[in-house]
Amino acid sequence: MAHVSDRPQAKVFKGEFMNAPLGYIGDTPAQRLIPAQPIVRLEKVSKTFPGRDGQPVTALRETDLAVPQGSILGVIGRSGAGKSTLIRLVNGLEKPSSGKVIVDGADIAALPEAALRHARRSIGMIFQHFNLLSSRTAAQNIALPLEVAGFDKTEIRTRVEELLALVGLSDKRNRYPSELSGGQKQRVGIARALATKPKVLLSDEATSALDPETTRSILDLLGRINDELGLTILLITHEMAVIRNIAREVAVIEGGRIVEQGDVFDVFTRPRHEVTRSFLAAESGRALPPYVASRLQADATPGSQAVIRIGFRGPHATDPVLARLARDLNIEANILSGSVDEIAGRPFGTLVVGVPEASVSITLDFLKKHGLDTEVLGYVA
Amino acid sequence: MSPEMINLIAASTGETLYMVAVSALIATLFGLPLGVYLATSGKGELFAAPWVNRVLGVVVNATRSTPFIILVVAIIPFTRLIAGTSIGTNAAIVPLTIAATPFIARLIEGAIREVDQGLIEAARAFGATPLQIVLKVLIPEALPGIVLGLTLAIVSLLGFSAMVGAVGGGGLGDLGIRYGYQRFMPEMMLAVVVVLIVLVQAVQSIGDRLARRLNKRIRHA
Repeated sequence: MAHVSDRPQAKVFKGEFMNAPLGYIGDTPAQRLIPAQPIVRLEKVSKTFPGRDGQPVTALRETDLAVPQGSILGVIGRSGAGKSTLIRLVNGLEKPSSGKVIVDGADIAALPEAALRHARRSIGMIFQHFNLLSSRTAAQNIALPLEVAGFDKTEIRTRVEELLALVGLSDKRNRYPSELSGGQKQRVGIARALATKPKVLLSDEATSALDPETTRSILDLLGRINDELGLTILLITHEMAVIRNIAREVAVIEGGRIVEQGDVFDVFTRPRHEVTRSFLAAESGRALPPYVASRLQADATPGSQAVIRIGFRGPHATDPVLARLARDLNIEANILSGSVDEIAGRPFGTLVVGVPEASVSITLDFLKKHGLDTEVLGYVA
Repeated sequence: MSPEMINLIAASTGETLYMVAVSALIATLFGLPLGVYLATSGKGELFAAPWVNRVLGVVVNATRSTPFIILVVAIIPFTRLIAGTSIGTNAAIVPLTIAATPFIARLIEGAIREVDQGLIEAARAFGATPLQIVLKVLIPEALPGIVLGLTLAIVSLLGFSAMVGAVGGGGLGDLGIRYGYQRFMPEMMLAVVVVLIVLVQAVQSIGDRLARRLNKRIRHA
């Protein structure tokens, strides 16, 4: 498959954001990127479905969410957490039981059918299973929203060619979906979603049916579209990798509520909610190696070692802290596991070390003084 | 086989083809919208009208459960109203159409229901009206299934048409009964059966081929 872009992924984060010194952004709330005017706003939105046994099922409870114009916001949650309902409220495929859904100034839930259909032209949507018509070629699929909107044939032809070029499928214009790979089908889906020049793109688990490499190329394409067209993207996913690779902001949803929201780097490096931690636990570098995990106990015993997780963010990611710990305090830390990740284009290191139980508090003080995040995970004898 | 017999067979084949073609055409004209409506008027669907849907369902089932020969006789006054007469080939088209319409409607309903719900969602998401969804999404996507359904309906009509001899409708079935059975001419019976087999085979293979060509879900080399 042809990769449309071999551009480094970090360029997704543009302008000032990238020129700022590492660690400048997100370190204190005041210095955070000031969000632009939200283009999508959910205000105290609740959604209840009639259940099968007469018992109503609540999918969303009093949810507030703002998607700044031009941003990429990822909503992550387990299946059944309410994320599908959330994204369907934005283009009115579902109506809220209470609350407001404002898109580009219009209250989607209050619009009459005809006005809602018109509003939907400025909200594109892509799907996990692509939802392409098997009876239409790639070009014909992309043309469909334009036909529906009543464009004339010449306009449609020009626009479809532009879109095919944008997603890198000009040579596949006359292929049917059954003749395309998963990644190519999703590219057609993206082109179709962009046909009517929307302001917002909704992505409903768009990469969940794709392999990691194809996922990567689709995310690159979405990043490029966000960058070049200034399109706001709201995506829902259950995959941490998707958020990490593309989103600028993340909202964690659980049990119909948004439990945590903010800058991706902040949420990932300093997770506050248990659900966020459990998503992160599945990520590389967060899980303890089995030989440590199996021996871990909650309480210290004489002569045991404390297992400490140290998080290195931004400017501290490259500090030689362990060397100083040994030199200044004469404490020898035992490295149990470690990794350096890139989250939202910025480095983040995790180190799990063992120190003698007797020097735990002095070690923690030392690390905190150096601006590092610490967490005592337990003790090993 | 005498030339008279061959002429008889040729004329009867013509009558059968005429009755089946005209009734299939009219039944499709009524059955297609009815089938689409049955498939889209259930609870929570595009043209949601659960009550109308239920009533139509009952009417369709009632028509389909009436044995064809009974239907032919039972609706004679109605046939006379429509065709101006209750006997002859044209009169036979009325009960054939009435029997085929609900059958075709059910087959088309089934084909439409096979279309992936995700496509309806996608079409709603880009702002299609319910009518546009029917015309641009549901019918084109269901077309291979619709063609196979119509093929099945035409084959069934060939069978039904054998009974319209009861109202002087003529056709191959009537020929087989009167000459082959009542006059005890086994060679005539055999000829009628052979012609019917050839017709059914022809209809089925044309239908299959057309459906396969329309189906873009499978790769064609």
